Amino acid sequence: MGNRFIYLDHAATTAVKPEVLEEMLPYFTEKYGNPSSIYSIGRESRKAIDEARDRVAAALGAKSNEIFFTGSGTEADNWAIKGIAYTNRKKGKHIITTAIEHHAVLHTCQYLESDGFEVTYLPVDKDGLVSPEQVREAIRPDTILISVMFANNEIGTIQPIAEIGKIAREKGVYFHTDAVQAVGNIPINVDELNVDLLSLSAHKFYGPKGVGALYIRKGTKINSFIHGGAQERGRRASTEAVANIVGLGKAIEIATANIDEYNKKLIALRDRTIDEVMSKIPYVRLNGHREKRLPGNVNFSFEFIEGESLLLMLDMKGIAASSGSACTSGSLDPSHVLLAIGLPHEIAHGSLRITFGEENTQEDVDQLMEVLPDIVSRLREMSPLYEAVRKGV
Amino acid sequence: MYSEKVMDHFMNPRNVGEIENADGVGQVGNPKCGDIMKMYLKIENGIIQDAKFKTFGCGAAVATSSMATELVKGKTIEEALKITNKAVAEALDGLPPVKMHCSNLAEEAIKAAIEDYKIGRAHV
Repeated sequence: MGNRFIYLDHAATTAVKPEVLEEMLPYFTEKYGNPSSIYSIGRESRKAIDEARDRVAAALGAKSNEIFFTGSGTEADNWAIKGIAYTNRKKGKHIITTAIEHHAVLHTCQYLESDGFEVTYLPVDKDGLVSPEQVREAIRPDTILISVMFANNEIGTIQPIAEIGKIAREKGVYFHTDAVQAVGNIPINVDELNVDLLSLSAHKFYGPKGVGALYIRKGTKINSFIHGGAQERGRRASTEAVANIVGLGKAIEIATANIDEYNKKLIALRDRTIDEVMSKIPYVRLNGHREKRLPGNVNFSFEFIEGESLLLMLDMKGIAASSGSACTSGSLDPSHVLLAIGLPHEIAHGSLRITFGEENTQEDVDQLMEVLPDIVSRLREMSPLYEAVRKGV
Repeated sequence: MYSEKVMDHFMNPRNVGEIENADGVGQVGNPKCGDIMKMYLKIENGIIQDAKFKTFGCGAAVATSSMATELVKGKTIEEALKITNKAVAEALDGLPPVKMHCSNLAEEAIKAAIEDYKIGRAHV
């Protein structure tokens, strides 16, 4: 078999769908009007943004005036957390989150700690789950925000968002969820989940990069994030990235319409990969919850080998994947998520994340399985850790 | 991000393996940091006749191990001790800045293996 390029890193980003691009293109050229202008091409841009807002609202079970476009998922997280914190600081200074959040949430919370806020980072169990009871117990009289990610970007574990939302509502604490990995993969209804704020990002579901959105439940006390013009009803000033917003709207509409079929397809690829890797390769563990995980997410740790080496060798075979190894992040520590689920450092270094998407097929899994066992054993042959284990046995 | 030479030494590492009855064996690094390098030396009359390695680590760690074994072969102990991490990195046409610590490991592995040889000799 040749080196056909196989992309298995859809949690990192996805390609823009042709239908999405097609809707976007006119807004770069002939429909270039500023949505704030009153003449016809300005109004046309305004209309396009309104339509996109309606599509996002429909996908989340929200109202259109609760959707605010941002420049990214990270920006949406920053706005949600800093916005709630500073707007409600007279009420309290305590925030609850988890140890496995994306850095967009973790580093924002750490920043707030440096500015006088107190943050509880809830630990997770071996599968990466937070229990609603843990959340309940962490709530203090001065708690102003709970932020728990919907689904983890590395290990795919899906949190009990509805149960946590119920507790937050009971206790009158704002509840934010970073749903960047979940939107387009899991059906979401903000009312059923009792979510007050939700972040999403278009490029995770076949939309363009550089655009996200924050859902803010009506009545939520949160200040403007970027000061300037009247865009996004004065909450997030900046001339709208019209084409990107149009792309986000189209992409979320397609994703929501096809979600069941899409899930079924991804789950088949995921489960087959898990079964085959676990049965064909020794000294391997699956990271993340076996069932409560994103449809397209697989995350393994291969003992005695290091993740970056694994990725380089897969790349030589035309397969693009990801790892929580330190060497892929530029730091010396492996992924905080893998450490939080209790993996020892050396095993956390040997992780491989595969995330399936739209264009993947069973043939891709065939090809992966053709090369992966050999790569793992080749790296193990080279590893002094494996040598020690073999001699010890 | 890696030079062609690094990729070559990563994909086709030279001198992987062990030397039975090696005269010096040095292991450096630790699994916590994600890098362990173990070097085996065969030394006769003060000259390194053969060198082999086993490495747990990233692409740069494997490539620097491979290059380090190439560099020490045929050298006297004194010459081998003078090999710096910079020399290993340069022989690979450079390493990305975040990977320079991998080349430290290569230098340390050479020194540890020679140290082991010297201790062994002292006990003979």
